[in-house]
Amino acid sequence: MEKVVFKRPRYMKEAPFHYCPGCGHSIIHRLMAEVIEELGIGEKTIGVPPAGCAVLAYDYFDIDMGEAPHGRGAAVATGIKRTLPDKIVFSYQGDGDIAAIGTAETIHAANRGENITVIFVNNSCYGMTGGQMAPTTLLDQNSTTTPGGRDKDRDGTPIDLSEMLALTQGAVYIERTAVNSIKNIRKTKKAITKAFKIQMAGLGFSLVEILSPCPTNWKMSPIDACRWIDEDVAQTFPLKVIKDETD
Amino acid sequence: MDKKLLMRGSQVIGEAAIRAGCRFYAGYHITPQNELPEFMSGAMANLKDGTFIQAESELAAINMVLGASMAGARAMTSSSSPGISLKQEGISFLAASELPAVIVNTMRGGPGLGNIAPSQGDYFQATRGGGHGDYRTIVLAPAYGQELADLTRKAFEYADRYRTPVMILADGMMGQMMEPVIFPDPVNLSELPSKLWILNGAKERPSRIIKSLILSPVAMEEHNWKLARKYEAISGEIACAETYMTEDARLVIVAYGTAARIAKGAIKRAREMGLKVGLLRPVTLWPFPGRAIREMSRLIKDFLVFEMNTGQMVEDVRLSLEGRSNTHFYGRPGGVVSTPDEIGRVISSLYYRRRLEED
Ligand code: SF4
Repeated sequence: MEKVVFKRPRYMKEAPFHYCPGCGHSIIHRLMAEVIEELGIGEKTIGVPPAGCAVLAYDYFDIDMGEAPHGRGAAVATGIKRTLPDKIVFSYQGDGDIAAIGTAETIHAANRGENITVIFVNNSCYGMTGGQMAPTTLLDQNSTTTPGGRDKDRDGTPIDLSEMLALTQGAVYIERTAVNSIKNIRKTKKAITKAFKIQMAGLGFSLVEILSPCPTNWKMSPIDACRWIDEDVAQTFPLKVIKDETD
Repeated sequence: MDKKLLMRGSQVIGEAAIRAGCRFYAGYHITPQNELPEFMSGAMANLKDGTFIQAESELAAINMVLGASMAGARAMTSSSSPGISLKQEGISFLAASELPAVIVNTMRGGPGLGNIAPSQGDYFQATRGGGHGDYRTIVLAPAYGQELADLTRKAFEYADRYRTPVMILADGMMGQMMEPVIFPDPVNLSELPSKLWILNGAKERPSRIIKSLILSPVAMEEHNWKLARKYEAISGEIACAETYMTEDARLVIVAYGTAARIAKGAIKRAREMGLKVGLLRPVTLWPFPGRAIREMSRLIKDFLVFEMNTGQMVEDVRLSLEGRSNTHFYGRPGGVVSTPDEIGRVISSLYYRRRLEED
């Protein structure tokens, strides 16, 4: 008899990803679909995709999905969750979406303790628009709008949004993980599971920040991109549980 | 329930919204409409299924409404002119994603921060869509306390029926005025037609997507035409105007909202002087009741448009008349409220200048 060792998760549509080879979005999508299936919440989960490379997330997740304008994921998710408190609601946002144009919406959703889950994909640049500087771009990192690399005096320093959010009373659980190695991918899945469980228990705002490779805009091979996350990105954005009120 | 209640305009909108089944309100306070979010906070707290959120910004408020609408709620936000500018992003997304919502604009003097006095400076913004892209917003223009209640009910009905954002365009005068109102009975939410497009979890049905991104130009074109067909249907079905003393009129004033009430006072004075003047008051600003004006042009050769701005609706009157009659304009922008006497003088001077007293 054949034994199935790998299959498409129940809540992924049969559609090939449009993401670049080596992009972290594909891995994160799969992890989320697995978690949704394992927790048995696929029929009551509503996702809010962002503007950015992941805008087409609704073409991949086989659950109800409602698009938010750029940066407004937490506000849209708030409206859905308050209307249907028994459903599981997540927003999926990139670093530019959440930490620049949508900073206010995110901080206040956390501060209100909205019982939603935010998946924050940090690839330290604006991917879809071609690699401009994001608020999370590292110092000296090249981008299409930081000639010579990000300069502290000219461009400011990378913003620690997750640490900022942890200061709000309403944030229950915030962890930063990465998807650049098998070990980190496993940890990421654990963190996503925990975040959803916190929402299912009605405890409040949960967020997982995931350091994710963007080989295209980093102009690196996928393998080098994964290595660069360990060597550089995680030095600025250390992988750790930033806040956990459930302990 | 037919008990007359004396209430402030902003609160009338709030009470009527609750009775229309509004269960989600998010807003950011701005003068002259602060009484509305304040009212909603109390009213929603008294409902077991009501949500009030004092949002951190106008952007957050309209996007919370977007989410609530996706989830099936009758949802509302409100603001005044500068705040409505900020909401335009969300209104464009609502229109594009075909989501119902009610937005109240209690207009104040502008542009910029302007002032907090009553104005009609946002007519273009309201009726031309306001935000980016090829869309329209239904715009209802109440003039009386009772109409604030009736049109608020209608706003929610139209929003659901056409799956599109509806704006109630009031002004600071209307928001503050106390008038007696009889409210319609509360809607029974369970009796409303169920919405088969909402996001409430894909249980025993295929998953749904609500979005406005359509990358293929051909598909985007088709979506635009689909919206256009809907707007055409709306234009044919709900355009509405009130007429007053127009039967024998030689001159018809076209005015809406507070300006129409001032014009009514002026018309009464003009009638006392023997001038045959009437009023046409658009109740829907979009769709504009152009046909009512066009039909009137068979008998009326002179229209005087009076607005509390430098001339915005006058363009729609001219477009409706297509040169059949003369269009005159009188306006006071910036929050200045004309008196009926002032408008009476404008009427009589125009009347005699155009020799309308002669047969
Ligand atoms: S540009 Fe970067 S983030 Fe976007 S799909 Fe490609 S690799 Fe992924």
